Amino acid sequence: MAFLAPALLFIGVFLLFPFIWVLIISFTDTALTGPSAANPSFVGLENYHRLFAPSRWMRAGEFGNALRNTLFFVLGSAILGQAPLGLLIALAFHRKKGLLREIIFSVATMAWILPDVAVAFAWIAFLDRDFGTLNAVLGALGAKAIDWYFDKPLVAITLFNIWRGTAFSMLLFSAALGNIPPSYWETAEVAGATAWQRFRDIILPLILPHFLTDLILITLWTFNTFTPYLITGGGPFFRSETVSMYTYRVAFKFLEFGRGAAVAVVMMAINFVLATGYLLSLRRRRAWR
Amino acid sequence: MRRLFGHLLVGLLAVTLVGLGLSAETIKLTVTARAVRGGVNALLVQWLEDVVFPAFEKWMKEQGKDVEVEFIQFGGTDEALKEQYALDLKVGRGADIMGFDGFWIPEFDAAGLVKPLDEIVGPAVWEWEDWKYIPPSMREILGYKGKVYGLPLGTDVRVIFYRRDIFEKAGIIPAGSGLRWQPRSWKELLDTARYLKKVLPDVIPLQINAGTQMGEATTMQGWFMVLLGTGIHMYDFESGKWYAKHPGILEALNFYKTVYIDEKLGDARTQLIPGARARTFELFRDGKIAMLVEGDWFWRSVLAPGSEWAVPNRNEVVDWAMMPAKEPGAGYRGQNFVTISGGTGFILNPNTKHPEEAWALMRFAFSREMQLEFQKLQPRIRARTDVPVTGDPVMSEMAKALLPLTTVRPMLPGYPKISYEAQLMTERVVAGVMSPEEAMEAYAEALKEIVGPENVIEE
Repeated sequence: MAFLAPALLFIGVFLLFPFIWVLIISFTDTALTGPSAANPSFVGLENYHRLFAPSRWMRAGEFGNALRNTLFFVLGSAILGQAPLGLLIALAFHRKKGLLREIIFSVATMAWILPDVAVAFAWIAFLDRDFGTLNAVLGALGAKAIDWYFDKPLVAITLFNIWRGTAFSMLLFSAALGNIPPSYWETAEVAGATAWQRFRDIILPLILPHFLTDLILITLWTFNTFTPYLITGGGPFFRSETVSMYTYRVAFKFLEFGRGAAVAVVMMAINFVLATGYLLSLRRRRAWR
Repeated sequence: MRRLFGHLLVGLLAVTLVGLGLSAETIKLTVTARAVRGGVNALLVQWLEDVVFPAFEKWMKEQGKDVEVEFIQFGGTDEALKEQYALDLKVGRGADIMGFDGFWIPEFDAAGLVKPLDEIVGPAVWEWEDWKYIPPSMREILGYKGKVYGLPLGTDVRVIFYRRDIFEKAGIIPAGSGLRWQPRSWKELLDTARYLKKVLPDVIPLQINAGTQMGEATTMQGWFMVLLGTGIHMYDFESGKWYAKHPGILEALNFYKTVYIDEKLGDARTQLIPGARARTFELFRDGKIAMLVEGDWFWRSVLAPGSEWAVPNRNEVVDWAMMPAKEPGAGYRGQNFVTISGGTGFILNPNTKHPEEAWALMRFAFSREMQLEFQKLQPRIRARTDVPVTGDPVMSEMAKALLPLTTVRPMLPGYPKISYEAQLMTERVVAGVMSPEEAMEAYAEALKEIVGPENVIEE
């Protein structure tokens, strides 16, 4: 027990205490400015009630709207975007060496590790209606210019996030594929298996558990990411506002920490479900082995 | 050997201590505001860093005090600066002197984050003999409940700025005639916009601020300018209640609908994208917007020489007109024309470690001599009665025509939230997601939540 004390203390101070604190604040009208900043009072479930008030929660700028956007964003950029794309790149360069592989892997990893602000500026320029690279390329291909921020803000940040995060899935799958014993491939070759059979009977079963891990991790990250805010600001008219941006806006626009804390608690609950899924999948994998 | 090291160490320590002792005698003061050299409010940085600070440091030196003043540039939006201030002040930090917008005071005061000058410095504040040149109306700009929190750089008014070159090209003003344009009603204003749209389809005829991206600029340069033209204010000063539902609100929202949705006389996209306000400056500079409703700050700072958005021959190609009421006499208090005033200035940070020196710097910067220096850089309506608007007839003319007609925002802690709801209301209409009726309904609902149903007027 004494051996664990430092770790427990650390967890207590930096995780447990803030969690309980946020939970407590979420039942008050704590704010940084205005009359309730001097004397915050207990308001019960009012903050939660305001989040879920059925008459308007799907209205632009409200919580339901942000939740719907987040769902689209996570589904589009993580589950349908990053994971399959990462797997595709990993498969394409599986058991291959060469310059092209190095270039693709380096570029993808760069996109993943560059600082948020620099990346956001690059994407603002990339997506500009009049001078952006993307529209220039589309124009060269004969397509009509798209006003990305204004007409397709949610698609724009989804594209951005695919670009930004594919490297993780790519590296994870690449490592998973590398872990498959070479003898399997030799056996398959001797048996005369086709590429599809090799994929179905060797690759798929062996990387399936990794696939689950990958999906849950990137879902967690995408759910919480804030970088798209630097590109669209959640606009126009809240059409690209995700839950993390909503939290920021509530907590920092009017510095209403009580309301912001309530959103944070709901976000934590969603994260908790996702993390539980992740841990369960890890355990199942171990049992399965 | 070891002993030698010991001596060296002691020696080093001594030198360090002496060094520390010396530097402790220099008092460091910091000043911050939304201003960047060569960027937004560039002239303020120029005035402070090139004129005020060196003179102040010299003046202090003559009194045997070593003072060093540093200006911390802030390039974000007003809203971002306000967030920064709230966070800084809450943890007991922040620059010694802060550039502050007057209407933030009630909200910050209610939270105990800012304090009146005489609580920070002591009653000695009132010994300053120059108070007699700063009239009560000016003290109220950074004041609340009869207390004074800081000194204003001046006050402002709002007008329609228009491009003479575009108007001449469209034939609205005969070229070289020197005649000026002045609409007398919303109809005349809209007709001008319609005509411009027909004759010069590449130019955005009229841009009037809407939406939350513009922040307070929407409330002041947009919503108030339209609403006051219908005869009401956002707040009824007599009963102390807010207008939640009123035919005037609907009329104002319909004005927005006409401009941005029905006839597309303005560009809604420009209002809704991030960086919206800077974008309107850019478009106006490049002659892509014909009419823009803005404060006189736009003239004296945004379009002024040296600014990012400077128009080189500003005095020839940019002119201004008063914002008309819906119909003559239909405006607030029965006026033909409407405008609203606010003001920014500097307050003392209650957490300052050197309240006396900080106050000395404030006094120094607001002395007649220093204010006249600023006037040379940027002529405007100043806080001191002994500092006239000089050198810029346009500024003098705007002040003369509009100060008698002006009104102010209610100084109440709840105002910023309500202001945001008003911005949101215009955004809902301009983005085309709600009808004016629905938007007013949603505004009324939010208003009742903020101030309580007993404090609103529904007509």
